[in-house]
Amino acid sequence: MSPPAASNAIERDVAALTPSALTPAPSAGASAGDYLALLKPRVMSLVVFTGLVGLYLAPGALHPLLAVIAVLCIAAGAGASGAINMWYDRDIDALMARTKDRPIPAGRVAPENALAFGVVLAVGSVTLMGVALNWAAAGLLALTIAFYVFVYTAWLKRRTPQNIVIGGASGAFPPMIGWAAVTGDVSLAPLALFLLIFMWTPPHFWALALYRAGDYAKAGVPMLPVVAGDRETRRQILIYTALLAPVAPAPAYIGLSGPVYAAAAAILSGAFLVHAWQVYRPAGGRDRRDIDARNACAKRMFGFSIVYLFGLFAMLVVDKAMGLGW
Amino acid sequence: MSRSEERKQFDRRRRGRNLALLAVLAGVVVLLYFLPFVRMGGQ
Repeated sequence: MSPPAASNAIERDVAALTPSALTPAPSAGASAGDYLALLKPRVMSLVVFTGLVGLYLAPGALHPLLAVIAVLCIAAGAGASGAINMWYDRDIDALMARTKDRPIPAGRVAPENALAFGVVLAVGSVTLMGVALNWAAAGLLALTIAFYVFVYTAWLKRRTPQNIVIGGASGAFPPMIGWAAVTGDVSLAPLALFLLIFMWTPPHFWALALYRAGDYAKAGVPMLPVVAGDRETRRQILIYTALLAPVAPAPAYIGLSGPVYAAAAAILSGAFLVHAWQVYRPAGGRDRRDIDARNACAKRMFGFSIVYLFGLFAMLVVDKAMGLGW
Repeated sequence: MSRSEERKQFDRRRRGRNLALLAVLAGVVVLLYFLPFVRMGGQ
């Protein structure tokens, strides 16, 4: 028995739709997860955490719903920056092993959709922050997004090896935004948190760039190891880590935190310095020429740098929760 | 992958995107609904 004519017609319609609907528009195959990947969730987690700590440390109280909105806005703003960054960098992302599977170079999300997604999120997060919290926090959020997109991504990243030194400021703003969401202004205390992340960014990124230098060279991104070489990068990592060590206890100097944080900052900074020294002089004189040994040290340092920043900000919370001021 | 499988996958992904968008929009509506109560309660 043959199937009814109507069923055949539907199948023909579906079959006719399939190639034209799927092939030309990459976004047709994008899942919600692909759009989530555009937000750079791993970067976002650190941004949200530091923003949350800024919010918690700020003097004054915030209604829980407003606190949730503030954190959501910081997360959405960070995600928007990531999506617009992926749109702008889609050409070089396709050339690097670390980024070639991102949704745009992999063809799962159309570039214009990623840009629209990022812009809508950026405008929405800043507007909601302004309406729900205050316009000082919203202004800082807008500045953060603009700094990441225009200063870091569009201007510095492809032009100078100082890209992440200056561009790192965009990653340092979130605690200030969290603070401003509560207080409506910015004082010395959140500036100390800003400085901490700002000084942490170069050794963190250069450790990654050391073992991804080939990728960056292939894409023509002038990261420090590509422009100044492996040896100079390792020296700069050590210098910046040494400069970071006295900056890390800054919240304790200005009375934002107490001895618990100061002790944790000293211990964590000491461990970070040990990692930087190992990157500078990998264990065993003969191993210094061994690229694998050097890369292993850089990978360990990169991993520890994330633990270091999470640890410092977690200890700020612990310190305040324990109420052990100086 | 056959065309019907492609079509099923396409429909599944589109449904997932639509549901995610619905969840986000519903969340924003709920937040904006309660926001004035919180703001006015703080005055």
